[in-house]
Amino acid sequence: MNPVLEKTWRDPPGVVGMLSSINHKTIALRYLITAFAFFVLAGLAAALMRLQLAKPENTLVGPDLYNQLFTMHGTTMMFLFAVPVLLAMGVYLVPLMVGARSIAFPRMNAFSYWVFLAGGVMLWVAFFFDAGADTGWFSYPPLAGPEHSPGKRVDFWAQMITFSELSALLVAIEIIATVFKMRAPGMTLSRMPLFVWAMLVTAFMVLFAMPAVMFASSALIMDRLVGTHFYNYAEGGDPVLWQHLFWFFGHPEVYLIFIPGLGFISAIIATFARRPIYGYPAMVLALIATAFLGFGLWVHHMFAAQLPELGKSFFTAASMLIALPTAIQIFCWIATLWTGRIELRTPLLYVLAFFFILVAGGLTGIVVASVPLDLQLHDTYFVVAHLHYVLIGGAVFPLFGAWFYWFPKFTGRMMNERLGKWQFWLFFVGFNVAFFPMHQLGMEGMPRRVYTYGEAMGWGTLNFVATVGAVTIALSMLLFVINVFTSYRRGVPAAENPWRAATLEWAVASPPPAYNFDRQPVVRSREPLWELKDEIAENVSGLAEKSREVLITTVVDAFPDHRLPFPKPTIWPFVSAMAVTALFIGSIFTPWAVLWGAIPLAIAVTLWFWPKAEETKENLALEKRP
Amino acid sequence: MKQDMFAAAGPHAERIVELWWVTFGICAVVFAAVLIAFLLALRKGMAGSAVAARPYVPVAAALAVSTVLLVVLMLLSFGTDRALAKLAGEDPLKIEIIAHRWWWEARYQDPDPARSFTTANELHIPVGRAIELTLKADDVIHSFWVPNLGGKRDLIPGRTATLRLQAEQAGTYRGQCAEFCGVQHAKMGLVVYASDDYESWAQAQRASAAEPKTDEQKRGRELFVTGTCAMCHAIQGTAAHGRRAPDLTHFASRKTLAAGAVPNTPGYLAGWIIDPHSIKPGVNMPAHATLSASDLQALVAYLGTLK
Repeated sequence: MNPVLEKTWRDPPGVVGMLSSINHKTIALRYLITAFAFFVLAGLAAALMRLQLAKPENTLVGPDLYNQLFTMHGTTMMFLFAVPVLLAMGVYLVPLMVGARSIAFPRMNAFSYWVFLAGGVMLWVAFFFDAGADTGWFSYPPLAGPEHSPGKRVDFWAQMITFSELSALLVAIEIIATVFKMRAPGMTLSRMPLFVWAMLVTAFMVLFAMPAVMFASSALIMDRLVGTHFYNYAEGGDPVLWQHLFWFFGHPEVYLIFIPGLGFISAIIATFARRPIYGYPAMVLALIATAFLGFGLWVHHMFAAQLPELGKSFFTAASMLIALPTAIQIFCWIATLWTGRIELRTPLLYVLAFFFILVAGGLTGIVVASVPLDLQLHDTYFVVAHLHYVLIGGAVFPLFGAWFYWFPKFTGRMMNERLGKWQFWLFFVGFNVAFFPMHQLGMEGMPRRVYTYGEAMGWGTLNFVATVGAVTIALSMLLFVINVFTSYRRGVPAAENPWRAATLEWAVASPPPAYNFDRQPVVRSREPLWELKDEIAENVSGLAEKSREVLITTVVDAFPDHRLPFPKPTIWPFVSAMAVTALFIGSIFTPWAVLWGAIPLAIAVTLWFWPKAEETKENLALEKRP
Repeated sequence: MKQDMFAAAGPHAERIVELWWVTFGICAVVFAAVLIAFLLALRKGMAGSAVAARPYVPVAAALAVSTVLLVVLMLLSFGTDRALAKLAGEDPLKIEIIAHRWWWEARYQDPDPARSFTTANELHIPVGRAIELTLKADDVIHSFWVPNLGGKRDLIPGRTATLRLQAEQAGTYRGQCAEFCGVQHAKMGLVVYASDDYESWAQAQRASAAEPKTDEQKRGRELFVTGTCAMCHAIQGTAAHGRRAPDLTHFASRKTLAAGAVPNTPGYLAGWIIDPHSIKPGVNMPAHATLSASDLQALVAYLGTLK
């Protein structure tokens, strides 16, 4: 522990200090906990839906509430859980993995968290006041338009998109800047850990996918509030425009949830197979190929809409071909396991579930990529099964594995492995019991988004089985929460590198100090902690300790480039986020809020960037003449 | 009466089931192969012998096989697509389907306007003759789907689509709206009756509504035409010409009420008129709780004559 550095880099104490903090680890943990709270809420919504569907003609939940429940479930899982939780893992780990003191643009990072929190809270407060969105997480107009969805429900939904997309875009920019300019000297692009590659690719996908949905949702709000006609067919607009814009974001969204999961898997398998992942260049290229192809298959959500047949064939081809990059990675992981020395600890267990669940989900994905098959299966429970196999197998199981794996780094204590294994098996079995029967239900004609079904349809038994599975999943989540709490308080203390892993985050104390690295390491290989055993570790020296200073390196080769003074904690990102919140929420009720709300926002942002004489003096003192 | 893509009753659905089994077979083999390779790798890795193996050849081979299988699946899918497009059929029966929240309007079209007629929620089609559906939507997006006969197609406001189907076996096939369309998306059912005596059914549908016989039935018609019913419903041959709700000219010949929600019996019908929201919450039909018992009885009696 270096007390000088600690004093320089730590966040200020007290309530104001909490609101001012900009340390990437603090912000990331807030993101993780908030996103997990939304995960629980969305899970409870799902549990209610499953109870309603457990038997035919059930009257536990009426149609109006049911429609709100599935909308809140989908919206929350996609926008308020999956994307933020995975980006947050990146916010915590990427700076540590590349050997940096901080994430780039730390104040913007704090701002993005407050915006995300405000948007999510707004959506759920609206739900508890019976203004929960009820047009599905895809909110197709004209159903979501002013005529067929009067009231404020859809406005809250559309504005939540604006909030969460804004925050995701900002985090993406931070991750890209951190990866490209703040890597430890010597960590060339070809020595970056695969997880960092995954987060980099994800960040770029966010950058290209999110603007489409931000435009789409803004246009929807304008249709609803100020009478524009983007989606109004009667005035020359087009409801299908929404579908294109939404799915141009919506399908890459699936992959930007999936790719961090691939990163977790590569990190965890390498550690517990005790060897580097086989085929590093192929793995990196596969991630990039997935991201590229991910933007070329959005129309497979619209096969039943009225589109040219020949055009659909192109999207069938793209949807099937995207299986190849994933196949490459699966084969490389199998090769890694085959040639490794496996230690079957809990994190690895979660990751291995991928090979069963995601492979099944990927194969049903190939089924629905075919136009004729999709025309039968689209919008049925088959698709519900498919998407949960892909998203839970591809992202949620690896995420739990990642949580078990990095928990000692986050908290300084190990998770309980016994409870973890119980949770795993309950989750794994419960998941398959809940979602496997849904394939059959879909083929038997059960459509999605129905609040009830007749007894004569014969769907009762399988639905009951699915509900039993859902309850099992809920139990496994309860075990998880218990495990986190007890381990956090009484878990076995963790050393720096409890798993004997190879990447740089394991070179610092658990939990890491505010400044991450005493001295910034110099990297000579892809597995620095495995290579450095007998050598004296090389370090960067000459960075200021009494003020925040970081080393900026070149994009490709990570040569030291220059020293950069870094910002200090301040309350203004929080105040600016609250001003943005007032503007966004106000504009649901009156367009004038955009005008009047801009004034406090402008003041807050001006004060945020106002230069301080003291800081300028400090920076000038650090300047060196050549 | 199930809706099941495997119980194919026409050439469209049959082609799709054939494609399904081939695709399923290939995918099942791939799944098993990946799982076996994974379990073997796990076993080998757990043994921890850590031989300096060179996995290049098996990885490259697996990738090559995957590529070939994907191309095969893709070509099979394109082939089925083309085969489905070629199943046009001559002299199709033309029906215009207009989806409303939450019911289906079916206009049987004929070059001779006198032979055209309109019905709702229950389609009758001949066996062995191509059907050409013209799909339109009145309010929001819906999706027409009868799995036993073929794939689905969206009905999008402001656009017109066509969907061709054909039944090879006589039978009753259920369908349901497949695109979320609001509160009662769940109860937007549809029944297709494929039979050999389609013509006699169509002939009966072309006739105007039956004349009421008893005094009660006559009072029922009077109530219908002068009350709120006629503002939305039509009965050909009477003054009721509302177009917001199903045409009731041959209402009593239909087997279900409220787009397949409940059977069409006098008891359900009376319940539906008094309080439709207890059967289908959120439906656009208003409740008629103030209707007196005798009026209700008269209305039900009259509607029962509309064979």
